[in-house]
Amino acid sequence: MIPALVVFIYLAVVLSIGLFARATSRGGDAEDYFLAGRSLGPAVFLLSLFGANMTAFSILGASGHAFANGIVTYGLMASSSALIIPLSLFAIGTRLWALGKRHGFMTPVQMFRDRWECGHIGTVIFAVQAILLVPYIVIAVMGGGTTLAAVSGGLVPYWVGGAIVSLVIMGYVFFGGMRGTAWVNTFQTILFLSFGAIAVAVIAAGMGGFHEAIESMLASPSTRPLLTRERMSPLYFFSYTFIPLSSIAFPHIGIFCLTARRLEYFRRTIVLYPICMLAIWLPSVFLGVVANNATNVPALAAKIDARAALAAAGPALAPERRDELRKQASGDDVILKLVEGYAPLWLASLLGAAVMAAVMASDSQILALSTMFTEDVFTFYRGTERFGQAVQVQTGRLFVVVLTVAAYLIALEVPQSIFDLATQYAFAGYSSLAPLLVAALFWRGSTKWGALAVTVWTAAAVAAIAILQSIVPAPLPGASVPILSIAGVDVITRSAAGTTVMGLLPVVPMTIISSLLMIVVSRMTAAARPGEAALRRYFTESRHSA
Amino acid sequence: MLAWALVSTMYALHQDVWFWREARPLVFGFLPIGLAYHAAYTVAASVMLAWLVRRHWPTNLE
Repeated sequence: MIPALVVFIYLAVVLSIGLFARATSRGGDAEDYFLAGRSLGPAVFLLSLFGANMTAFSILGASGHAFANGIVTYGLMASSSALIIPLSLFAIGTRLWALGKRHGFMTPVQMFRDRWECGHIGTVIFAVQAILLVPYIVIAVMGGGTTLAAVSGGLVPYWVGGAIVSLVIMGYVFFGGMRGTAWVNTFQTILFLSFGAIAVAVIAAGMGGFHEAIESMLASPSTRPLLTRERMSPLYFFSYTFIPLSSIAFPHIGIFCLTARRLEYFRRTIVLYPICMLAIWLPSVFLGVVANNATNVPALAAKIDARAALAAAGPALAPERRDELRKQASGDDVILKLVEGYAPLWLASLLGAAVMAAVMASDSQILALSTMFTEDVFTFYRGTERFGQAVQVQTGRLFVVVLTVAAYLIALEVPQSIFDLATQYAFAGYSSLAPLLVAALFWRGSTKWGALAVTVWTAAAVAAIAILQSIVPAPLPGASVPILSIAGVDVITRSAAGTTVMGLLPVVPMTIISSLLMIVVSRMTAAARPGEAALRRYFTESRHSA
Repeated sequence: MLAWALVSTMYALHQDVWFWREARPLVFGFLPIGLAYHAAYTVAASVMLAWLVRRHWPTNLE
């Protein structure tokens, strides 16, 4: 029960942060509520922006992925992000900040509307962005319910846990707005950064040192491949470098870029971002890998056995049994199990709070959706003009409540697997939307029709992959099912990990086709280019200082 | 030009096929070389970005 108490104390702390943020609010206008008055300082900007990028998937999914796939996880997801996300902040985030400051933009869609002189196409972009974001919020509520049930040993049922987590997130976003969300994200990031080092030290001591664990894994043919990348093709590995392009295209990250008080604050964020990635991901991945040697922890031994049974099973394995084995072998809680096995109760309790912080990382997404709804829909369709800014902020708060309650109700009724599927390809969807930002900020010749083509293509591609994966069940690990072959070449293939196109993740063709569509359609509709006045707002100061 | 070259080189260096099938040497006695390489790569990215923001900061946007 002590871990559950620590988690409840943690929830009380984050709620208090939201209430405190409300008390320090300066004026209560829309810019103050949705963007913290564009006043975040350097440390909060760095830690909250980084925290907004770290979802439950990043923390728990990283160690789970490493448990099943080995050290390759770090190269796939962390080191590529450590280069590409700060570069996108440097090239795009700084420009978003400057345009937001100069023209008062509060969302990326406002900028797109201004840049391409369009109205309803902006609404289409809003709709696609929103649809890609909602599953994350539902997943967070599910994760909260599951975590509270787990740390309380079942005393807090799933539906109560989900309700408590929903209320807490709703509370600090409702009251604190962007300021509250940024402060909570900062607190959570500090928790992650502290926890990684402590967990590594304690688990290393518990296991009798990592050297022996790694040597033992190298000696076993079943675990040795986890310490190399021999099970993955270099082409598949390469295709993962397209995923971090999604970061800057996520609306909550774009909106976070508008909150810094000074452009100068991006400098430290860009330089330190890779170091924060290293501090959180290296321990997560390494612990996930060495969990394969912790066979003296019964829960981990059961997972390893289930995985071995799954690998040994032939095609005759009944689908129900296959799903059951997959669930048993799932590694999302391996760090929890490692700490339970090797760490004292106080650390296990702190871990519960850190896990809760990870699954609650949907706060900035809820606030972003609220900001987008009030700015891109309510204000755009003249709501603010008719009812005033106070009503606009209240609408934003009401939207937070409606969205959270809807996410909770969906979480109670719909199986998680559907949302796992949705989030699996939301990253690809946002990477495919990234050419919108690049074209808007760097190419005078882009048009609103090019933007529409990119958006419609992205929505269609994500929907097609989701439908394909729900129709064609995942084969056993190591096997693959060709879906489309041309002249003896497998073009689209279904594997246990997902779908590939010519051996690449779908994100690669999606992003390339998206970029081509922007170029071709914009050239075909050159007459729809915005007037000189609009272009001057974006391209008169494009030269960098040397 | 130098900035483009550096960024492109860093992007290419991510694809370290030379450590693909090797776990040894173990850096610090426990980090497989493939993982240690990418940890070092992350630090190198930070150093390159520090140079980039120092030399090519878009002061015109302030």
